[in-house]
Amino acid sequence: MKINPNKCVACGNCTYVCPMGAIYIDPKIKRATINRDECVECYACYNGLSTEHMNPSLVRMVRGLLQIGRIRFDPEPDVCPTAAFEPEDLQWPRVIRRAFSDPRATHESTGVQGRGTEEVKTNDVTNRVKHNEVGFTIEFGRPGVGVRLRDIQKMTWALAKAGVAFEKRNPFTSLMNDVSTGTLREDVLDEKVLSAIVEIKVSSDRTEEILKLVHEVEKEIDTVVCLGVGTRCDENGDEKVIAPILERNGYKLERAKTNLGVGRVTNSLLKNEAPSGGIQ
Amino acid sequence: MTNTLHRYGSAESFEDDYIVFATPSSGRNDVGCIPKLKRFLELALPFKPVNLGDPPHGGALRPCKNLSTAANWKRDITPDFRAVIDGISEPASVVAIFDNQSAAEQFLKLAKEADLGLSINISGSIEGARQCCNFAGITRHSVGYSLGFEGKTEKLPNTQLLALTTMCGHGMISATFARKMIDRPRSASLASLRNCSAAD
Repeated sequence: MKINPNKCVACGNCTYVCPMGAIYIDPKIKRATINRDECVECYACYNGLSTEHMNPSLVRMVRGLLQIGRIRFDPEPDVCPTAAFEPEDLQWPRVIRRAFSDPRATHESTGVQGRGTEEVKTNDVTNRVKHNEVGFTIEFGRPGVGVRLRDIQKMTWALAKAGVAFEKRNPFTSLMNDVSTGTLREDVLDEKVLSAIVEIKVSSDRTEEILKLVHEVEKEIDTVVCLGVGTRCDENGDEKVIAPILERNGYKLERAKTNLGVGRVTNSLLKNEAPSGGIQ
Repeated sequence: MTNTLHRYGSAESFEDDYIVFATPSSGRNDVGCIPKLKRFLELALPFKPVNLGDPPHGGALRPCKNLSTAANWKRDITPDFRAVIDGISEPASVVAIFDNQSAAEQFLKLAKEADLGLSINISGSIEGARQCCNFAGITRHSVGYSLGFEGKTEKLPNTQLLALTTMCGHGMISATFARKMIDRPRSASLASLRNCSAAD
């Protein structure tokens, strides 16, 4: 993302809406400026702010005159008065930032928007997590902290060492050049994203082991971690296997995504195939 | 803007939030899903949702890219549900949000009967979702528990701000924006809604 210095009037609205705090008013040039190393290309500034198309010179002049009279005039807090934001054509590897940070961007590896993974949201169709299995979604950087991919690699290394399987239909897995060791491509390690989800699946009897492993490794990672645990319900719609384990480990279960099981395969070529989860 | 999965706060803080979404699965039921996604949202309309949305385009209140200079004094704050439905153009989740259990229950029953073939989920209170399922005669298939935040939680803003920023499920509301708006609750809710990319 770029801010056109010829258009910016330094109203400062964009400095507030940036989730990474990467936009600041540069006192030397008196314009909003983006710290490119911290910017995760989430487009919160470009997509989130409404825009007026006022004449920048006129706005600066009026604001200057009002300032003489000690009157402050600010635009609405979610408005860029001069449409100063200009998206740039992102190249590899910086394009990763947007893919993982802008929920409107589609992950090319999975064809899914948002964080790029369907998790248990489509488990009734994919059968990704079967009975006696548990799927972990380990999200790094959320909410509002962000994460370098190099940091996440510490977790994928530990998980790979523990012999877990990474979800194939997950954009983070697609960045690995060796899924057996959880090693990422060298050229993406320094990229920063708003958040990224590592997705694994294990048998339900390993739930506690994985919880402890994640808890241990996250101490070495310089961001927040948001844990999700997905599993199948029984034929009565109850879930009595994983919940007791989680509660025993101190987790208070109040919120969840509940898949209602009303989906089905309708793409014609797949209709006669049994659903299968994609794990590698 | 009412994400409930990883929202900070007690169960009571989201007891009036029912987020129901339909999701096509890539390669499995995404072919020809656009009319079904639109139908899903149309079914929600009679039950007076508080918001509708889809991640590629946003919710029923969206940023305007061509505001008039009078915006400081007068802005249209009417949610445009029809624009959300008409604007669905690609296979992605769509979401309907209700502020009461009865509306969510009635909607789910209708959505089940419509038999769209898309995966439908409720995000929010585990118990609330269970009660909705019971009402609609639905047996839960899977559940994805949120275990909350761990790791370097000292990097998070204070809990008052966190309760606001985590209402956006994709983390698009910054803590500094929430802090700025905290004394302007009406403008804050509208501005935050526009900033939230997917309405949930």
